[in-house]
Amino acid sequence: MNRAWTMLLALVTGSALADEAQVHLKDGPGKALVEANCSMCHSLDYIPMNSPFLDRKGWEASVTKMIKAMGAPIREQDVGAIVDYLNANYGKR
Amino acid sequence: MNTDRRSFLVSASRLALAGALPIAARADSSQLGPSTLPEGTLESARLAVLPGKVSLIKKTWRPPNFETPVEYFRHAFTPNDAFFVRYHLAQIPEVSAQTWQLRIGGDALDKAQTLTLAQLRGEFEPVEINAVCMCSGNRRGLFVPHVPGVEWGYGAMGNARWKGARLKDVLGRAGVQKSAVEIAFDGADGPVLDKTPDFVKSLPIWKAMDENTLLAYEMNGEPLPHWNGYPVRVVVPGWTATYWMKHLTSIQALSAPFKGFWMSTAYRIPKGIFPVVDRFLTQETETNTPITEMVVNSLILTPTSGSQLRAGDTPEVAGVAWDGGAGIVSVDVSPDGGQSWHAAELGDDLGRFSWRQWRYRVPAVRPGSMEIMARATNRVGSSQTAQLLPNPAGYHHNVMQRVSVTVS
Repeated sequence: MNRAWTMLLALVTGSALADEAQVHLKDGPGKALVEANCSMCHSLDYIPMNSPFLDRKGWEASVTKMIKAMGAPIREQDVGAIVDYLNANYGKR
Repeated sequence: MNTDRRSFLVSASRLALAGALPIAARADSSQLGPSTLPEGTLESARLAVLPGKVSLIKKTWRPPNFETPVEYFRHAFTPNDAFFVRYHLAQIPEVSAQTWQLRIGGDALDKAQTLTLAQLRGEFEPVEINAVCMCSGNRRGLFVPHVPGVEWGYGAMGNARWKGARLKDVLGRAGVQKSAVEIAFDGADGPVLDKTPDFVKSLPIWKAMDENTLLAYEMNGEPLPHWNGYPVRVVVPGWTATYWMKHLTSIQALSAPFKGFWMSTAYRIPKGIFPVVDRFLTQETETNTPITEMVVNSLILTPTSGSQLRAGDTPEVAGVAWDGGAGIVSVDVSPDGGQSWHAAELGDDLGRFSWRQWRYRVPAVRPGSMEIMARATNRVGSSQTAQLLPNPAGYHHNVMQRVSVTVS
């Protein structure tokens, strides 16, 4: 993508940003970290949509993919708490 | 074919009214997809409206992933404002047709150049083709066990009449060299973070030069909707929609395989397990290969699961069937869970890349429960599978449906 060119164009993200505020994740330790990190690039409904069928290893693989493949700037010391939250609240039952 | 297309359409509109969708965001869960989707998928789905679209099934807000309610598939062509929306990355500019330019380049091209929309429309022969556009992961949510990704039900697809210039004509004018092995495509949408791989896809040169591969600027007789790639998208009839680059901005003729994440890692299937014909040899590894054409498939639109019939009714089973371009030759319907099969009547042949409507009237039904199935077969003898062919990314789900109805 040509960034300079894209800068000239209006962004149409407004409506989706307003609507995604409807997504409320379950309360639990690590929720704030998950919200802050995951919502940098995507709405949080990706999490409940992918539940409840991933075990801890599955959620770990998803977080690792976001860091390694998608370049998410998640601090290494936060990864454990993020995976714990996802597994505890949206993990396989 | 001896089919009255009009009666297909009339019965379709009547059914569409019966299944009319409310405006409200909260919906009966059956309107949000089949009950076999993951619990969290159904809970987080909503009926919601993107600008310019009717109410669709929201899977994710950002990037927007919205599925078409299957009622719309009762039309031969899926209305533009009901056509599904799928993005990987959340930076989605609204492209101006006035300033849009297509850059054509690459190391295997004689002469880099740019085209305006007026040039693309005016200087190349316009071609129209009917073709199914289907996300590779359509029906991913029906995988058992579930696999992660956008948990689509049946609606990440649609059938449309596409109009545009042949890619081969555009490439021909620019002069593709013999060394070209792939043509790569980029669109105006991109990632939020610089480190996230931009969504860039490539086609093998033979598919890019296929006379059916288009740079489309119209869909069903109108400009493409913003959410479906305005002003120009690639149309690759027969192949899954991952190659149908939206908001196209750049085409590159390459003498070496393109190595980006969305080619090398994503959109891959294990080798050897699917009955696909088209191969993408420059991208194959020992174990996997890029997804190519759609496998033969069908969708039962009526009756819907859970319908109540009365003894003596003669319900019509109807739906659509499609494949990767060989063309559908038959659809068989079983009203008894696969014990007996009966040939359905096929609707008009709208071209080998279009889906084909079909219907079968079941003789007077008796009280009890019925399990209705459908099985499409294409011109090269491929048919649908009875058992899921598991693969990590959840592609090519063409397991025969089982629609349960009760007769009182």
